[in-house]
Amino acid sequence: MNEGLLILSMAIATFSIRYLMFGASNRITLSPNLLKALRYVPPVVLTAIVVPEVLLSKGSLSIGPTNARLIGAIAAITISYSTRNLLLTILIGMAVFFGWQSLIT
Amino acid sequence: MRSIHSSTTEFLTGARDIFPLIVGAVPFGLIFGTLATSNGLSTKATLAMSAFVFAGSSQFIAAGMAATNASWLLIALTTFVVNLRHLLYAVSLLPYVKKLSQKWKIPLAFLLTDEAFAVTIRHYQLEQTDQQTATTQASNKSGLKHWYFLGAALTMYTNWQLCTLIGVLLGQAIPDATSWGLDFAMSVTFIGMIIPYIKNKPMLTSVIVAGTASLLTASLPHKLGLMISAIVGITAGVITEGAISQKKT
Repeated sequence: MNEGLLILSMAIATFSIRYLMFGASNRITLSPNLLKALRYVPPVVLTAIVVPEVLLSKGSLSIGPTNARLIGAIAAITISYSTRNLLLTILIGMAVFFGWQSLIT
Repeated sequence: MRSIHSSTTEFLTGARDIFPLIVGAVPFGLIFGTLATSNGLSTKATLAMSAFVFAGSSQFIAAGMAATNASWLLIALTTFVVNLRHLLYAVSLLPYVKKLSQKWKIPLAFLLTDEAFAVTIRHYQLEQTDQQTATTQASNKSGLKHWYFLGAALTMYTNWQLCTLIGVLLGQAIPDATSWGLDFAMSVTFIGMIIPYIKNKPMLTSVIVAGTASLLTASLPHKLGLMISAIVGITAGVITEGAISQKKT
């Protein structure tokens, strides 16, 4: 395979999508309804990334105490909900995850 | 002088805020470096891919497809589909980057990743609450938030290059980096970012629907499940919002 061509085409495919909206932003005016809908993008996208990471293990659903990620996630949700402190959420979530993992293995 | 100082502060704050997401990305960078070279890509091509494409999931797919002798065109098309979610990110950032010059838009677009989007949109949306309190200082500062974007994105970029390089150099000497569990740092960070958004019923609905959809669509190829879950989740939120405001009137 021509590696130069591969990288060039992948770079174009990636950059064009990322740049399309930014580049045309002067000519684009978003309607108030669309702006309203866009407020949902961050939490919704992040959730769609996290939920499979936490609940799926090699493609199958894993819900229960053997899933250390789930326990860590529950701890993180609890901390985030009660403190709204991002750093604390990360630290305690990771600590609970590693702690639980070492307990069950 | 003061503006130089606060742009540096923004840059460094961005670099600091993305740190947990970088920890989560380390194992993937290492694995990519290892995997790509063992799948037949040259060292040069592996490093160049990280430097010029800079898109983790597409790079993994490309490395996998390279092993099966897929054509470059097929790989490029797959890359395009995998990266469609960036359209959603770019549209969300649009109101904030609109006023920037091309000198800014080009590098910021090039450096746009899941991680950079997550921390940057949060920072920009904090700006709105700043403006509600409407102090001059807050609005002064908010004009420099693209420096935050750049700081976060560039830190992510640098880390990705380093990890790819280490993966290539150490290759098989690195034990299975996914089993370390460092990637869980990304999950807890995202959780800490999601929860503060859930202030009302429409938000809660959208998140629950998106989460459920992400499980149902997990087996779809090319990260299409993410795109579908996002759209379904947004729609659910908007519909709930409409239903609630109709009830009120």
